Amino acid sequence: MITVESLTRKYGRYTAVDHVSFSARPGRVTGFLGPNGAGKSTTMRVMVGLTSPTSGTATINGEQFADLPNPGLEVGVLLDASAQHAGRTGRETLTMAAMTMGLPRCRVEEMLDLVSLTKGESERRVRNYSLGMRQRLGIATALIGDPSVLILDEPANGLDPAGIRWMRDLLRGYADQGGTVLLSSHLLHEIEVIADDLVLIGNGRIVAQGTKDELLAAAGTVVRSRDLTRLAQALTDAGLSVSPSGDGALRTDASPDAVGQVALAAACTLTELRSADGAGLEEMFLELTADTQREGAAA
Amino acid sequence: MTSTTVVPMQARTTTPDITGTKRTRAVHARIPAARLVKLELRKMFNTRSGFWMLVSIAVLSILATAAVILFAPDSAVTYETFATAIGFPMSVILPMIAILAVTSEWSQRSGLTTFTLVPHRSRVILAKATAAFVVGVLSMALAFATGALGNLAGSALAGVDTVWDVSMAHAAQITMGNLVGMAIGFTLGVVLRSSAAAIVGYFVVSLVLPGVLLLLAQVREWFNDLQPWIDWNYTQVALFEGQTSSAREWSQLGATTIIWIVAPLVVGLLMLRRSEVK
Repeated sequence: MITVESLTRKYGRYTAVDHVSFSARPGRVTGFLGPNGAGKSTTMRVMVGLTSPTSGTATINGEQFADLPNPGLEVGVLLDASAQHAGRTGRETLTMAAMTMGLPRCRVEEMLDLVSLTKGESERRVRNYSLGMRQRLGIATALIGDPSVLILDEPANGLDPAGIRWMRDLLRGYADQGGTVLLSSHLLHEIEVIADDLVLIGNGRIVAQGTKDELLAAAGTVVRSRDLTRLAQALTDAGLSVSPSGDGALRTDASPDAVGQVALAAACTLTELRSADGAGLEEMFLELTADTQREGAAA
Repeated sequence: MTSTTVVPMQARTTTPDITGTKRTRAVHARIPAARLVKLELRKMFNTRSGFWMLVSIAVLSILATAAVILFAPDSAVTYETFATAIGFPMSVILPMIAILAVTSEWSQRSGLTTFTLVPHRSRVILAKATAAFVVGVLSMALAFATGALGNLAGSALAGVDTVWDVSMAHAAQITMGNLVGMAIGFTLGVVLRSSAAAIVGYFVVSLVLPGVLLLLAQVREWFNDLQPWIDWNYTQVALFEGQTSSAREWSQLGATTIIWIVAPLVVGLLMLRRSEVK
C-alpha cells in the first residue's frame, strides 16, 4: 500500500508536484500516467526519500520510507535503469543489493534467471549493457528482496516487444499475489493493458484518478452514422454534447445506451456504436493534460 | 482546460487485501553498520577503476622499491629511502580512492540504488569514511612491509649494512599524513559530489595551493608566521618527515585539519543530506 497525501515539491518558484494525493493498493497495478515533465518521477523520488517534499507526505505500508529498517525487503524500486555503476558487472550489482539486504547469494542466481540475463551477460560490465538489459537488471534489483510494494518508473523503456510482454506478465502475476505495483509511464497504451487503477498527472497536479473501468466509462461513446449531420443535430437536440472525433465519427460523453435511443428516435442508421474505450482514454489524457502538453494543439 | 474527474478511492468496492499487507508485517532488523562498511569496502574494488587502483598500489610499491635498489647510491639504501619512494605513489593514489568512494555514487549515479536501499545518507557516508580509513591503514602497512623487504634485499645486494632509520613514531606520522591526504580527498568528494571536479580540486589544493601560499609567505611577512596554521600541505609534509612533535606543531596540524577537513566536511555533509539524488 502506497499512500501519498497532499504532496508538494517546489523548486524555487516552480512547483513540480502540487498537492498530489492518491494511493496504490495491494493486489492491484496502479498506472501513474502523465506527459513528460508532469511530475511523475519527482513524486516517485519523494516516495523513496531521494528528494525531500516541500510539504505533504508519502508513506509505504503506513510508514515513511526512511523509517523502514531494511527498505529493500519491503519496497522494490526502479527509478532509472541507467543509474547503475558502468564499471561493475551486472552480477556484482545484484550481489551488492543482496548483501545490503542480508540475503543469501542464491537469490542473485534466482533473479538473473527470472529476468533472463544469461551467465555471460551477468559477468559483463554494465557499460556494455543495452537499455533493455539495464532495465532487466534494474527489475532484478527491485525484486531481489521479495518486497510487497513495487515502485517502477518507466520500466518498459528500452524493452523489445517480447520484453514488454514479459514485464507485463511479471507485474500482473506480482499484483495477483497481493503485491502493490505503482508503475509510471507516458505511454498510454502500455499502461492501459496492465493497470487496474489509473492516476493521471499533468503539470504537477492530479487531473483524474480511479479504476481503469471507471475512467474508460467516463470517456464516453463513439458513434458513426451514414448521416452524421442529422445524428449530431438529434443528439444536440436531446441535450447531449457532441464533438467530431476526427475520423468521421462523433464522440459524446453520454452512454452508448442513450445515444442508441436518440438515434432510434431520429431514425438514423448507425454504422458503429461503442464505448470510447482506449481512444477515449487517450483523448481524455490529451485533454486533461492539454495545458501541460508541449504540443499545445494536440488535444 | 483543467476539468477534474476525481473518483474517490473510498467510494469504490474494496478489493480484499490478500497477502500483500500481511507479508510486510514481518519486522525486519535495521541494516547493521558493519555490513555497510563491508559493502563500501567491496564497492571500492569491484569496479574496473577500483580494481586498477588496488593493482596500482601494489605495482607502484614494488616498482618504487625496485627503483631504489637499482638507482640509489649505496649510502642511500636505508629504510627511509624505501619508505619515501613508496610513500609518493601512495600519497597520490589513496586520496583518489577516497574521492571515488564518495563521488562515484553521483557521477555513476549508483547512489540512486545505494540511498534507496539505505535511506540514511549519513550512515552510508560514515561507512564510506570507515572503509577509506581501513584501506588507508592497510595500504600503509603494505607499503611499510614492501619497503622492509626492499631494504633487506637492497642492502644485501649492495653489500651494506641494513639501516632501519624510520622509528615507529615516524611511521605513525607518515601513516597519519596519508590519512590527512585521504581525508582531504574525501572532503572534496562530499562537497563537490563529482569525480572529475573532486580530482581536479584535489590537485589544485595539493599542487597549486602550496605554491601560492609559499609565494604569499615570501612576499608578505605577516603571512609567513600564519602559513603553518593555514597551509595543510605544510603540516602534512611535517608529518611525512616525522617533524610534528611540539604542542605548537600539533596545534598547527589541528588548525589546518579544521580549516581544510572538519569545517568543509560539516558543511558538505549538511548539503549532501538535503540534496536530491538524481
